[in-house]
Amino acid sequence: MTTASIPLPRPASAIGRVPTWPLPLAVIVFAYAGIPLFASDYLYDAILAPFLALSLAAVGLNILTGYAGQVSLGSAAFMAVGAYAAYNFNLRVEGLPLLASIVFAGLIASAVGVVFGLPSLRLKGFYLAVSTLAAQFFVQWTLTKFSWFSNYNPSGVIDAPALNVFGYVFEGPHGRYLFSLSVVVALTVFAARLVKTQTGRNFIAVRDNETAARISGVPVLHTKLLAFAISSFIIGVAGVLWAFAYLRTVEPHGFNLDRSFQILFIIIIGGLATIRGAFFGAALIVVLPLVLSRAGTFLFGSYFDSGVLDMSQRILVGALIIVFLIAEPDGLAALGNRIARRLRLKSPTN
Amino acid sequence: MESFDFPFFIEVLVGGLLSGIMYSLVAIGFVLIYKTSGVLNFAQGALLLFAALTFVSLLERGVPFWITFAVTLAIMAVIGILIERTVLRPLVNKPPITLFVATLGLAYVLEGGAQLLWGTQVHGLDLGIDDVPYVVGGVFISTFDLFAAAVAASIVLLLTIVFRYTRIGLAFRAVADDQFAALAIGLKLPVIWAAVWIAAGFVALVAGLLWGARLGVQFSLSLVVLKALPVLVLGGFDSILGAIVGGLLIGASEKLAEVYLGPFFGGGIESWFAYVFALAILLIRPSGLFGQRLVERT
Amino acid sequence: MGLVSTNVAEWGGAKSAARARQILTLRGVTLSFGGVTAISDIDLDVAEGEIRAIIGPNGAGKSSLINVISGVYRPDRGTIAIGDTVFADVPGSRVARLGIARTYQNLALFKGLTVLENVETGRAATVSSTFIEQVIGIGRARREEADTRARSEAVIDALHLTSVRDRLVGTLPYGVQKRVELARALVSEPRLLLLDEPMAGMTAGEKQEMAGFVLAARDRFNASIVLIEHDIGVVMGLSDRIAVLDYGRKIADGTPDAVRADQRVIDAYLGVAHDDDIIEESNA
Repeated sequence: MTTASIPLPRPASAIGRVPTWPLPLAVIVFAYAGIPLFASDYLYDAILAPFLALSLAAVGLNILTGYAGQVSLGSAAFMAVGAYAAYNFNLRVEGLPLLASIVFAGLIASAVGVVFGLPSLRLKGFYLAVSTLAAQFFVQWTLTKFSWFSNYNPSGVIDAPALNVFGYVFEGPHGRYLFSLSVVVALTVFAARLVKTQTGRNFIAVRDNETAARISGVPVLHTKLLAFAISSFIIGVAGVLWAFAYLRTVEPHGFNLDRSFQILFIIIIGGLATIRGAFFGAALIVVLPLVLSRAGTFLFGSYFDSGVLDMSQRILVGALIIVFLIAEPDGLAALGNRIARRLRLKSPTN
Repeated sequence: MESFDFPFFIEVLVGGLLSGIMYSLVAIGFVLIYKTSGVLNFAQGALLLFAALTFVSLLERGVPFWITFAVTLAIMAVIGILIERTVLRPLVNKPPITLFVATLGLAYVLEGGAQLLWGTQVHGLDLGIDDVPYVVGGVFISTFDLFAAAVAASIVLLLTIVFRYTRIGLAFRAVADDQFAALAIGLKLPVIWAAVWIAAGFVALVAGLLWGARLGVQFSLSLVVLKALPVLVLGGFDSILGAIVGGLLIGASEKLAEVYLGPFFGGGIESWFAYVFALAILLIRPSGLFGQRLVERT
Repeated sequence: MGLVSTNVAEWGGAKSAARARQILTLRGVTLSFGGVTAISDIDLDVAEGEIRAIIGPNGAGKSSLINVISGVYRPDRGTIAIGDTVFADVPGSRVARLGIARTYQNLALFKGLTVLENVETGRAATVSSTFIEQVIGIGRARREEADTRARSEAVIDALHLTSVRDRLVGTLPYGVQKRVELARALVSEPRLLLLDEPMAGMTAGEKQEMAGFVLAARDRFNASIVLIEHDIGVVMGLSDRIAVLDYGRKIADGTPDAVRADQRVIDAYLGVAHDDDIIEESNA
C-alpha cells in the first residue's frame, strides 16, 4: 500500500492532465459516421443494441461501485424500473414527448435507487451487497405481481413504443442504433465530467477512506445517496434502451439477477472506476457468446447445441472473472493503458 | 380475531421453523468459510448443486447409496482443494469484496460445469423417507421436514464436536480468531483452509441431498444460496449459532408472512420478504442478532 | 524549577488568559473501549497561535485524544469546547466547518486520487454548488472549482509538492504522503490543526523539512496546532507548551523546559522503559 515506487522515466501523467478528449471524440465520430458505412442489420440488432444498453448500465454501476465504492447486486432491478416507468409515462401521460418519458423514468429509477440505497448509510461491504439483493427481488416481484405496470397485458410482455423524438421517428436497425448511441453519448459525457468534479472526488474519497472523508468535510451520507441516485438514473435509462431499442418489448424476466451479475462482471472485466472500462467490458460480454457459439459449432458440430453453449458460456464468464481478478484486477482499461504505453515507448517518433 | 385458527397457526409456525433449519444448513456452509478466510462464498449454492447433481447421477447409474456418498464426498474434497489452490490462494490479502466477486465467478464455473457434466434435466431424488405427516395434537408435521431437521441438528452437533475437541478444530478456531497469530505459531493456513473447504463441501452435499429430495435436483438448487443470505445478514457471517437462530427466525417469519400477510399483497412475497425482514432488523439493531459484531467491518 | 503543577485548569487558564484567546478547551474528557480506559479525565487548553505538543509512551492515549477532538471517537465523559462552542461529543461531519483539520498516525489519504485531487478534497466543506452545476461548469460551481484549484496549488507549492502534483498518492514514498496529508489539512485553512505523528518514519532530513512546514502552518496559515510526536528533540524545539500523557492520564503540562525537568515525566519515560521513544533522542 505504501510501497515507494520507482520514479518513472517521464512524469507519470495522471489521467486528468494530458488532454484526454481527442480520443473519445474520435470514437464518437467513428460511431456516428464510420460504423454505418459497413454495419449490417445483424451487427446493429444483435451486437450494437445490447452493447450500448449494457455499456450505459455499466457506466451507471461504475459510478456507484467503481467510484463511490458501494457494491450493488441489484442493477437489473433499476433497469427494470426505468423500462417500466418509461413505458407507463409514455402510455398514460397524453402528449408527453418520449424524451421526457425517458428523463422521468430515470428520475423514478433514481428515487427507487435512493430508497434501496438507504441501508448504505449504516451497512458496509457484504451486508450492503446482500441488502441490494432486496431491490432485485422486490422490484421483480412488484412488476410481475401488479399487472397495472404492464397495462393488464395477460402475458406480461408488452410492445415498446416507437422512438419518436420531436416528430422524427428513429426506425429500423440503423435508426434505433443512432437513438441509443445519442443517449449513451450524452449520459457518458455527463458521467465523465461528473467524476472530475468535486462531487466525483467526494465519491472516491468516501470509497477510499470514509472517516478521513467525513473529517475533511465531505458530506458522506449525502454523497452516498447521491451516488445511488445518479447511478440508478443512468441504469434506469439503460433499461429503457434495453427494452425500447434492443428487445422492443418490455418484460420483467430480462431484468433478473443474472443481468445484475452481468453488469457487475462488465465493470470488473472492464476496470472499476474508469468510464471506458464499461465499454470494453460490455463489448467482451456481448461478443463472447457469439464467438463461443461459432467456435463451438466449428469444433464440435451439432453436439454444441444451445444448452451446451449456455453452460460453456457460464463457465467461460466465471473463469474470466477469476482470471481478471487475479491477473489484471484493474481490468481491460488498465491492460489497454499498458499496451498503449508499450507501443509509445517502442515508437521512435514519440 | 375470534376466527383465529390456533392449530393452523402452530402448523404454519412449525413448518416455517423446519424449513428454516434447511436454510441454516446452507448458511452454515458460508459461516465455515467466512470464519477462516473472511470470504463470503457465494459459490456455496453452486457447490450444493454440484454435489447433489453428482450424487444423483451416480445413483441413477446404479452405484450403491453409500459408495455414491463416499465418492461424491471425495469429489467435493478435491473441488474444495482446487478452489483453495487456484482461486483463493492467488487472491490472499485482496479486499474482501474482490474475494466475494471471485466466488461469484466460481459459482458460474461450478454451475456450468455441473450441468455440462451431468446434463440439465431435472432428477428426482428419493432418500427413502415416506412423507406421511405426523399428527401431534391436531397439528400436521411433515416427516421429511422432521428428518431434515434431525440431520441438520446432527451436522451442527458434529461440527461443534469437531471444532471443539479435535486438533484441527483447535487450529480452525485459532485461525478464525487471528490469522497472523495462527501463522506465527506455525499453523499451516493452506492445510486448514483446505480442511474447511472440505467441511463446507460435506455440508453442501448434505444440504444438497435434503434440498434435492424436496425440490428435485436441478439448476434452481443453486439458488438456495439466495435463501441463506438473509439468514447470514441476520445472524452474522461468522456465527454458527447465528446461522441457526437466523434460519429459524427467517423460516418462521417467512411462512407466517406468506400465510397471513401474503393475501394482502397477492401472494408470492417469499421472494423478497426474508431480505426486507433481515434489513429491517439490521436497521433497528445494526449489530445484528449477536451483539459484538461491527457492521462497519467489511 | 522543579515540579510542574498538574492542576492545569488553573495553571493553563491563568496563563492563556494573559496571552491569547482559547481555541480548544477540554475538561474531564474520558474515553474507554469495552472497559479498557484509553484516556481518563483529561483537561487540556490550546491558545490561539500556539503549538501544543502531546507526548507520552505508546498507548498513553495521545491518538485517542486527537480522535476525540476531531469527532472520530465519542468520549464517555467530559466536554470539548471549540472556540466558544461546547460539545459533549464533537460531530465528525461538522469538524471541517468548525475550522478543525487533522492528519493521521497511519496515513488516511484517498489512494485513488492524485496529490492535487487529495488536496482539493480538503476544500469539500466549502463547496455549495450542486453536482449538476459542477458538471455543466457554470456560475458558482465554476468559481468554486477555480478557487479550490488556486488554493490547492498554493498549498502544494508551499509544501514543495509541485513535482508530484499529478501523481496518484499511493505511488509516492511514505514521507511525501505525510506531506500530502498536511497539505490536505492546511488547504481548508483551519483554526486548529491536529497533527498525529507527522514525522513518524521519516529520515532526519525529512523531519527537519516537516518541522519547517509545521512552523509555517502556524506562522503563514495562522493555525493553532496540536502536535503528537515521538521525537522529543523535535517536540522540544517546536512547541510552546507540552502535555505529557501516561496510561491515559495527564502527568505533566508546561513549557518544554519545565516538562523536561519534571520527575514524573522522567519516570514515565525511563522508569517504565518504553523502548521506542527514549528521551535521549532529545539530545540529538
